[in-house]
Amino acid sequence: MRVVSTIGRRLLRSIPLLFTVSLVSFVLSSLRPGDTAGVILGTGATPEQKAIVTEQLGLNRPVPEQYWSWLTDAVRGDLGRSVFSNESVSGMLTNRLPATLSLALLTLIISVVTGVVLGSISAIRGGRVARALDALAFVAMSIPSFWFAAVLIVFFVVRWEMFPASGFIPFGESPWMWFKSLALPVFCLSTSAIAGLAMQMRGQMVATFQSDYIRSLRANGLPTSSILYRHVLKNSAAPVVTLSGLLVVSLIGGTVLMESIFGIAGLGTLAVEATATHNLPVIQGVVVLFTVIVIAVNLLTDLAQTALNPRVDVS
Amino acid sequence: MSIAAEIEVEAPTADASIARAQPHFLRQAIARPSGAVCVVVILVIATACVAATWLAPYGPLEQDLLAARQGPSGAHLLGTDALGRDILSRLLFGGRVTLFGAVIAMTVFSVIGVTLGVIAGSTGGRVDRAITAAVELVQSMPGLIVLLVVLAIFGSSEPVAMVSLGILASPTLVRIVRTAAIAARAELFVTAARVAGLTARQIQQRHILPAVAGPAITQVTLFGAVAILTEAGLGVLGLGVQRPDPTWGNLVADAQDLLREHQWMLVPTGAILVVMSLALGLLGNAIRDAYSGRSLRSTQLEQTWKTMHVPMVATEPKAATPDTDALLSVRDLSVTVNDGTTVLVDAISFDVAVGESVGIVGESGCGKTMAVTAILRVTPPGSTVTAARCALEGRDLVALDERGINAVRGREIAYISQEPISSLDPSFTAGQQVVEAVRHHRGIGKAEATRVALQLFEQVHLPDPARVFASYPHELSGGMAQRVAIARALAGRPRLLIADEPTTALDVTVQAEILDLLREIRETTGMAIVLVTHDFGVLADSCDRALVMYGGRIVEDAPVRSLIYDPRHPYARALLASNPAEIPSGDRLPTIPGIVPPPDRWTVGCRFADRCPSARTDCCTTMIPMSAEDPDRRYLCIHPHLAAQLPEAVHA
Repeated sequence: MRVVSTIGRRLLRSIPLLFTVSLVSFVLSSLRPGDTAGVILGTGATPEQKAIVTEQLGLNRPVPEQYWSWLTDAVRGDLGRSVFSNESVSGMLTNRLPATLSLALLTLIISVVTGVVLGSISAIRGGRVARALDALAFVAMSIPSFWFAAVLIVFFVVRWEMFPASGFIPFGESPWMWFKSLALPVFCLSTSAIAGLAMQMRGQMVATFQSDYIRSLRANGLPTSSILYRHVLKNSAAPVVTLSGLLVVSLIGGTVLMESIFGIAGLGTLAVEATATHNLPVIQGVVVLFTVIVIAVNLLTDLAQTALNPRVDVS
Repeated sequence: MSIAAEIEVEAPTADASIARAQPHFLRQAIARPSGAVCVVVILVIATACVAATWLAPYGPLEQDLLAARQGPSGAHLLGTDALGRDILSRLLFGGRVTLFGAVIAMTVFSVIGVTLGVIAGSTGGRVDRAITAAVELVQSMPGLIVLLVVLAIFGSSEPVAMVSLGILASPTLVRIVRTAAIAARAELFVTAARVAGLTARQIQQRHILPAVAGPAITQVTLFGAVAILTEAGLGVLGLGVQRPDPTWGNLVADAQDLLREHQWMLVPTGAILVVMSLALGLLGNAIRDAYSGRSLRSTQLEQTWKTMHVPMVATEPKAATPDTDALLSVRDLSVTVNDGTTVLVDAISFDVAVGESVGIVGESGCGKTMAVTAILRVTPPGSTVTAARCALEGRDLVALDERGINAVRGREIAYISQEPISSLDPSFTAGQQVVEAVRHHRGIGKAEATRVALQLFEQVHLPDPARVFASYPHELSGGMAQRVAIARALAGRPRLLIADEPTTALDVTVQAEILDLLREIRETTGMAIVLVTHDFGVLADSCDRALVMYGGRIVEDAPVRSLIYDPRHPYARALLASNPAEIPSGDRLPTIPGIVPPPDRWTVGCRFADRCPSARTDCCTTMIPMSAEDPDRRYLCIHPHLAAQLPEAVHA
């Protein structure tokens, strides 16, 4: 019951956020200098032609009216049509979502597993693993991912021909090719994510070691395995879960560069294409979809926190 | 590493240290070798870029198709690109755009971050809540996507992109500055300034801004690296300044077009980005270390689970130790920190007989807790424990390794601590924790252990055991939590319970109940107790014998009755005299003048001498031996008869 009401409350509270985000981006769009009709028709267009297109697009109506009609359509799942191709925006988003989601989720799983394991080992054992992790964290923060990706392409694609140079293969088509098409971008994205998560995990565990309850558990002879893998781990997990949530949000935005370098047709490349061509309905659709994903991720993070920490009161 | 990830991954680990800025921390940061090198690298690169017009050997767009795609050579130090343009020259000219963009972003970032952070932190109330809400809203958006939207709307304008980046990243700084400002506001001198009638603005300028300078400059420096990489990333995506104009990002994009034909070009174009962001990152760390007064080596790296394991090192006994039939026999137990230079517990010796209740009294800072936790070897990491002898029923505990001592903990010697609620794991129910201990110590199944745990809950007189069983520690009162902790300590049927100030954190009525419970358990199980306390009432009530500790030493060891009616050591007398229970109400409480000296100022002679009314010159200079005439009581004083004002107290 507690969980259901939590979800309900959070979803209710997210409606104003969605509304604000779409309104702000809509109003900003209407401030855009230049004319959409001119962009569509090209330089040779006559003012009459422009007027017709503007009329068709409804761009001559007042902004609040335009927003209202966009909003009422959006609630019904219709996010409008691309200015150029006349494709439905929701259809474009559905086509592009699997690639981005695969990239983000695969990166998340690999980063969380590796980060937690590395962080735990360096907190428990220290020594070489801890020093290696320090170095990795530092280097990962300073190497630009787009450059690292290029280096990987030079070796794994150009020289050794182990991976395809570009494109995304859906999982349903061939799981192995799916994995191969994602391996390099996921590797690029996970490096810094692993470093961040592992550092967080280590810091949290070391802080937990010093706590009163761990001393009491040790002083009462509980076995090391139970102290570390039951008590320390559970108490160190909460901040790592929070960080993982932030990571998903940033990954979903951050796949843009990887998609562009590895030629993956995902949401990021869609956003870049739309940006370069001022295709506002598409941008608007991408923004709304990202906001929905962010809300969902935050909700999942909070639910995980509640499960982990009995003291968290979600209301 | 996505750009947005860099901004956001950093936020939770970012140091929101509330430490007040040390004066001249920037100078100190530069005085460190790493800080100095970074500053030099950044300045050299930035100056070279600014002076590109004079320094660059070629123009940024100057082509030489005959010299296309060359590696490094005398004519082209860093080689040439697809059109034969000189890479070094393009890097210098491109750096102007990239670094200028980064400076714009950093300016916006710091102006917004510091202004809003200081306002939120020093004003509080509704303003603070509004700013915090706005900050959370911005942080919950994927930064790079918003950046793309802005670029879509305003066209691919570099300044717009960099201003937006500064705005989007600023919540991190707002939060950190706000935390620092709140801490500064809470400090006494700001309160004093407010009382003295300074205006809010004056307080912000004189007290709060200096306090937030350290964290803010650290964050701005670290953000510099993010800004450079983001600017370059936009170039790679084909946004921002358009090719063929050089920027560091456009140069990487050029290199990416030639991954098959001219791989060398990746080296200089990547290296400049890595060098610049490494330098900014290291400099940021150096500044943080400098203002927070941290040493050069990271302390976190040195702490691991292994450092929690404190070994006990055997020493040669100072005096012959006859075998006793004591349950626990301790000789020359010492605890030191800072590589042995600071002594916290100084070679104490005592016995605990079977079923006996021994109290350890003394002011805070005398080493009581250290002494008892050293027996179990749960002293803080970095401490060293040594002993000539530490034996349980004749069995040597000194030589045991961590695994060996862990088998003794809980089963032979159990432990309860001062803070009952925080001594229980907050993430598990009371029942789960006691069941776990029962299962481990008695080797029985879960169902059986649950039954035993509920029995233990009844034994410690927990009201409504079933409800407490399912409760988390934060749902319990202090008294109930201490009963749960005692139940857990009883899980292994120990012969000895170490209770470290078990009632200090509790209400007076609950204190008496817990002491009654401990006495009852002692009577029914025959378990011995070592009870740390600073309350003579507790001592008189619950203990057979008392050890008085001062300055890391046992200064008196006597049966409780003898100690209360006839204390020999001046410190024991002084402690007794300041016991509130002994003073008629309305009278002034006598106190012991002075304070317990900190461990680094402990001397060879009597450590109480400077507070002792009966001290003589020889007290400070000579080594004080433990009195030996009475087998039943010992004291560490060479002038005990001077301390004793009453005739019956004069030792025969």
